[in-house]
Amino acid sequence: MMASSYNAKEEDGHHSGASSGAGAAKNRKPDNTAFKQQRLPAWQPILTAGSVLPAFFVIGLIFIPIGIGLYVTSNNIREFEIDYTGESSNSPCYSCAKNVTWNSTEPCFCTVNFTLERPFESNVFMYYGLSNFYQNHRRYVKSRDDRQLNGDPSSLRNPSKECEPYRTSGDLPIAPCGAIANSLFNDSLVLYYIDSNNSQSEVPLVKKGIAWWTDKHVKFKNPGGNSNLTAAFQGTAKPVNWRKAVYELDPSDPENNGFINEDFIVWMRTAALPTFRKLYRIIQKKPGATPTLPSGNYVLHITYNYPVLSFDGRKRMILSTISWMGGKNPFLGIAYITVGSICFFLGVVLLIIHHKYDNRNTSADIPS
Amino acid sequence: PCPANEVFIPPKFCDNRIVSSKYTVWNFLPKNLFEQFRRIANFYFLIIFLVQVIVDTPTSPVTSGLPLFFVITVTAIKQGYEDWLRHKADNEVNKYRVTVLEDGRRIRKESEKIKVGDVLEVEENETFPCDLILLQSSRDDGTCFVTTASLDGESNHKTHYTVPDTESDVESLNATIECEQPQPDLYKFVGRMHIYKNNEEPVLRSLGPENLLLKGATLKNTQRICGVAVYTGMETKMALNYQGKSQKRSVVEKSINAFLLVYLCILVSKALVCTTLKYVWQSKPGQDEPWYNEKTKKEKETNLYLNMFTDFLSFMVLFNFIIPVSMYVTVEMQKFLGSFFISWDKDFFDSEIKEGALVNTSDLNEELGQVEYVFTDKTGTLTQNNMEFIECCIDGHQYKYRDASSEVDGFCVTDGPVNRLQQKAGREREELFLRALCLCHTVQVKESTEQEVVPPPEEQRGFIASSPDEIALVKGAMRYGFTFLGLESKTMKLLNRNNDVEIYDLLHVLNFDPVRRRMSVIVRSKSGDTLLFCKGADSSIFPRVRQEEVERIRMHVERNAKEGYRTLCVAYKYLSEEEYVQVDSGLREARLALQDREQKLMAVYNQVETGMNLIGATAVEDRLQEEAAATMEALQGAGMKIWVLTGDKMETAKSTCYACRLFQRNTELLELTVRTLEFIGKRREDQLHDLLLEYHKKTNLSSLYCRSWSTQDYGFIVDGATLSMVLNSSSENNTNNYKNLFLQICQNCTTVLCCRMAPLQKAQIVKMVKNSKGSPITLSVGDGANDVSMILEAHVGIGIKGKEGRQAVRNSDYAIPKLKHLKKLLLAHGHLYYVRIAHLVQYFFYKNLCFILPQFLYQFFCGYSQQPLYDAAYLTMYNICFTSMPILAYSLLEQHISIEILLDNATLYREIGKNAMLRWGPFLYWTLLGVFHGLVFFFGVWFLFSNPALQDNGQVFGNWSYGTIVFTILVFTVTLKLALDTRHWTWINHFVIWGSLAFYVFFSFFWGGVIWPFMSQQRLYFVFANMLSSVSAWLVIIMLILLSLLPEILYVVLHKPRAPHARQSSTGGLQSPRSSARPLLMRTFSDESNTVI
Repeated sequence: MMASSYNAKEEDGHHSGASSGAGAAKNRKPDNTAFKQQRLPAWQPILTAGSVLPAFFVIGLIFIPIGIGLYVTSNNIREFEIDYTGESSNSPCYSCAKNVTWNSTEPCFCTVNFTLERPFESNVFMYYGLSNFYQNHRRYVKSRDDRQLNGDPSSLRNPSKECEPYRTSGDLPIAPCGAIANSLFNDSLVLYYIDSNNSQSEVPLVKKGIAWWTDKHVKFKNPGGNSNLTAAFQGTAKPVNWRKAVYELDPSDPENNGFINEDFIVWMRTAALPTFRKLYRIIQKKPGATPTLPSGNYVLHITYNYPVLSFDGRKRMILSTISWMGGKNPFLGIAYITVGSICFFLGVVLLIIHHKYDNRNTSADIPS
Repeated sequence: PCPANEVFIPPKFCDNRIVSSKYTVWNFLPKNLFEQFRRIANFYFLIIFLVQVIVDTPTSPVTSGLPLFFVITVTAIKQGYEDWLRHKADNEVNKYRVTVLEDGRRIRKESEKIKVGDVLEVEENETFPCDLILLQSSRDDGTCFVTTASLDGESNHKTHYTVPDTESDVESLNATIECEQPQPDLYKFVGRMHIYKNNEEPVLRSLGPENLLLKGATLKNTQRICGVAVYTGMETKMALNYQGKSQKRSVVEKSINAFLLVYLCILVSKALVCTTLKYVWQSKPGQDEPWYNEKTKKEKETNLYLNMFTDFLSFMVLFNFIIPVSMYVTVEMQKFLGSFFISWDKDFFDSEIKEGALVNTSDLNEELGQVEYVFTDKTGTLTQNNMEFIECCIDGHQYKYRDASSEVDGFCVTDGPVNRLQQKAGREREELFLRALCLCHTVQVKESTEQEVVPPPEEQRGFIASSPDEIALVKGAMRYGFTFLGLESKTMKLLNRNNDVEIYDLLHVLNFDPVRRRMSVIVRSKSGDTLLFCKGADSSIFPRVRQEEVERIRMHVERNAKEGYRTLCVAYKYLSEEEYVQVDSGLREARLALQDREQKLMAVYNQVETGMNLIGATAVEDRLQEEAAATMEALQGAGMKIWVLTGDKMETAKSTCYACRLFQRNTELLELTVRTLEFIGKRREDQLHDLLLEYHKKTNLSSLYCRSWSTQDYGFIVDGATLSMVLNSSSENNTNNYKNLFLQICQNCTTVLCCRMAPLQKAQIVKMVKNSKGSPITLSVGDGANDVSMILEAHVGIGIKGKEGRQAVRNSDYAIPKLKHLKKLLLAHGHLYYVRIAHLVQYFFYKNLCFILPQFLYQFFCGYSQQPLYDAAYLTMYNICFTSMPILAYSLLEQHISIEILLDNATLYREIGKNAMLRWGPFLYWTLLGVFHGLVFFFGVWFLFSNPALQDNGQVFGNWSYGTIVFTILVFTVTLKLALDTRHWTWINHFVIWGSLAFYVFFSFFWGGVIWPFMSQQRLYFVFANMLSSVSAWLVIIMLILLSLLPEILYVVLHKPRAPHARQSSTGGLQSPRSSARPLLMRTFSDESNTVI
């Protein structure tokens, strides 16, 4: 990539030792070391058109195939997205969207029908997506107490001030405290496949493996272990907006209850941008050749608890397969192809320049 | 006893304590802090810190408080240490023991306890502890000699006089002194003394500056004096004149401040934009406080405008990293550490004086690479100030001393063109001439017991004189058989050729002064003859001798002057008894005169020194410094204009200039001296006017028509008298006009020679050039006390560790043993330092711009909520750990062009002239690069995060992952960008660059790998590791780094196609030396044949 000349200057550091032996203390002669004389051996790379040019070609040749590979991979990913916010009157969740507030005690149900044109092979990941939801707002991001979530008993009783105004409810400390926990996404989504004879069969959704392993096993811990959460959370209040207490998030599975509930953990990892998606469930690949989600009609049963229209938000349900590069995103492929092409193009330009410059150079040298 | 001042003793006089220290133990902390926070940058950081403490800001106060604390502490320790040194020095002065006469007894006292009115006794070579009125001197003529070298740099001896009538008896003196309030002018003093004698009418004596001995001056040639203290302590003229060395600031620092201002504007406008947009955005319903993100009670209650203000401050704090504290630390460290390379350089080591270069300030390293004007002293700088007696001429016969000659008497007649008639002058004349040399001087023989401050070099041992010329002459005489044995109570002894001791009574010394440019002695020989011997510059001797003798000598003198020797003419005169009596009384009278003493003395001198007989002339060589010519040539090749400022006479200076190749054969000399002004039939002013216009036209034409150097070179010669006419012309607008004309002429000439300059005039010239259009960078080189003023005045002052003491070295910014070292100092060190620091500054601004820009852009996507993009650890560590070391190593070690090539091709120096790398053009380039990188980093990742499911298990990334990816790209890009710029990879560069990248990765793992108990939020827990487990993250990181570096690579490749060519030819070995040597050689030949025209 670079034409380099290794210019090891004569390192004469060793000679000085002998001469400075005797009257060294009196003699203020500077040490004759390579460092002090700024003569350290040095590699002096030179970037020239000639030396950079092959690098450009190589980069171009590597990047373009990678880009194409990425693009194809991204295109092969099946993704289905449906907005179930219910803002328009013809939407099935319109009434729910209108009626749901945090005060309503009765849950609101609605169903959305959709059709998958093509089957989804391998594992399918179900996301919920929110728009215009500022999970990255500073006031919001800091409104949590990681000590409390790590099972620290003193923080459980006395949550961090950062949690204000979601720190205490009445006299009782809130567990989990803070705005993030308080606004936990609590719609529940259930997917039914409508087969050819119009009977609905529930698609099995796995709710484990959606959070980072380290979060679930290290960062988040229930106070006093996972057994008897009710007792552990005695003396704390549930977050204001929650319907049930934290130890009731998943009563069926003690490994997924309390602070280590994976839905909760996923929610607690604040999103980077105001439009985001979070992993909700995984639909495991079925053994054999049958696609995980065959093409056909589906119905999504929604327990509509989460109001978003007040801040002009949107809710989506996303079904997506995953490749080695993650979810569907054509950006990387396009970017790689672009950068690769640019490099290749620059390589060609440099080749021409290099050629011309060399000619000019030699012709200029002759008369002198 | 001294009852004189009992009335005056009241405590309104301050004591004699000198305080140069700034702090005491008690006020150190508050005063030092106050001083430090007066610096704009520190104050700014303090404000940011306070804002962080008071207002609820996105980053913790620690992030800016810690670096600030560090900087402040280090500076305080440094300043404290310096002040401690000053305390020590003060104490040394204040505790110095002095002798006070009290009640007829001598009492040893500490200097600080001297009160106004105390009578002090000072011995030879002691400095005066306060300003004294001279009452009594051990010399019988009531005078004493003083040097004021430490006050005004004049090293000659000055005569001061006792107050008349007091001299007789100090013991019984009863007097009061009235004098003016203390004032700083060294040469003004007005006072009067009432002397009370027993019951008589008080006698009134006026006191002038000639009676005042200044603190700091040294008593010379006088055994002891008594004086009464009039000004003490901080009221002495020295203390009033004392000003610390003014802080010199480099151009780079000014550039930094300009850039800082730009960045401050960027910062404020960013904060303003964000604040405005925030309130626009919040005005939409549901945005400000959605149900999921309610405000606290306190936030709700605060006033809207107060909120706006705190929001603005918060944004300022969030973006304040764009102006990093660490830049100041790094720049300081770079300068401090970098300056070691100068003192370490073994090329600067001089085996004679066993010393290398000395760095007195590290603030100006880079200024060495920016020099446009070099002002150099001649004596001791261009020349060695090692006077050697070369030849003399007696009655027109040339005598040249040759070591090889075996002639008994050491004389040898050369076959010079003048010497056709006779081989030798008469023996009588010879001896007279040599006696004159032996007698007419102020040299003293050094007694072996006496300890001198500066031990003279080997060949000078034995003689002490204020000028080395005199010693050379005395030694010259010694070589010819006449040895000066010494001066003992007014009798001079000398050993003649026959080894007989001759004794002369020294009757009068008519001191040398630069106006008369001659000195005389009047002696009486044993035989009773009274003789006057006079020696001086030809111009001042020739008119005063019999004209028929002049022509024979003139030829010699002129030839010698052209060869670059310093010439002196020697004349004598017999004084008859009557004449002598007349002269004697005239001199005595004049010395006692109260008014116009100088003029009266001068009149007597002039009267005596007439009608003399010219015996001969001497030629003393002041040899050129080693490689003086080559050095000057290199500096001129580097585009510097060289001005020689000397106190010497024009002819000598001119020949030195020829010898140094500052003037060449084809150089047309433009003279503006007293000589050219004496044009018949015109007033001097008119002639000056005409000449200025003429020269201006000439030089302007040449610079207009052909800019190549091959055409006409001009050299310009000015002397002190003319210069003062130019600068202090009678009418105001003339002055400006002349000044401008003068400057323009000078700027169009390759070399300017200013001769017969007073020290202050030197400084004046430097100041004039410094303040001229474009404010060029000036450098002064000098070795003597008379150069101190110009060394202090110029941007960079270089002291040569020469013979004339250490004054220049102490006041300089850099001191080197020899003039030849200047070449490497400027061309190699200066060049490298400039490139290094310029790159350092630009890089620092760049890296912080692309560091903060993504954070700014992020505000558009987080509801303008001041959410930081990066974790606090990254924010703090970015400048301290991750990116600081590579640039520091770069700025210490980079040699974009190797030192040898820099020394060979002086023209390379021109490329960085005029602050080339820190002008707005390069700054804009770096800023745009920073903006481009910031945009690429942020939006590249932004596109990636349009689908945050980036892991192959479908899990999603959050905001901290976003920030970490951006930060990783940032750290790598910024470091690799530096790697691309590095042209000189030593192992240290490798270690530091790859080391900091490795450290970043290691730190990120470590920081994210542990649940930190002291942190309330574990934001980065396993974020980095998870990021690395995602292929997409890897791909985007690699791609964005490459994309960011692409324009840089292109720029390097396309912008400098010439650089590799130059390098190849120079590393080619055979080719380059020849090509660079050829013109040099040719020039040498042509010069040598023409130095003596």
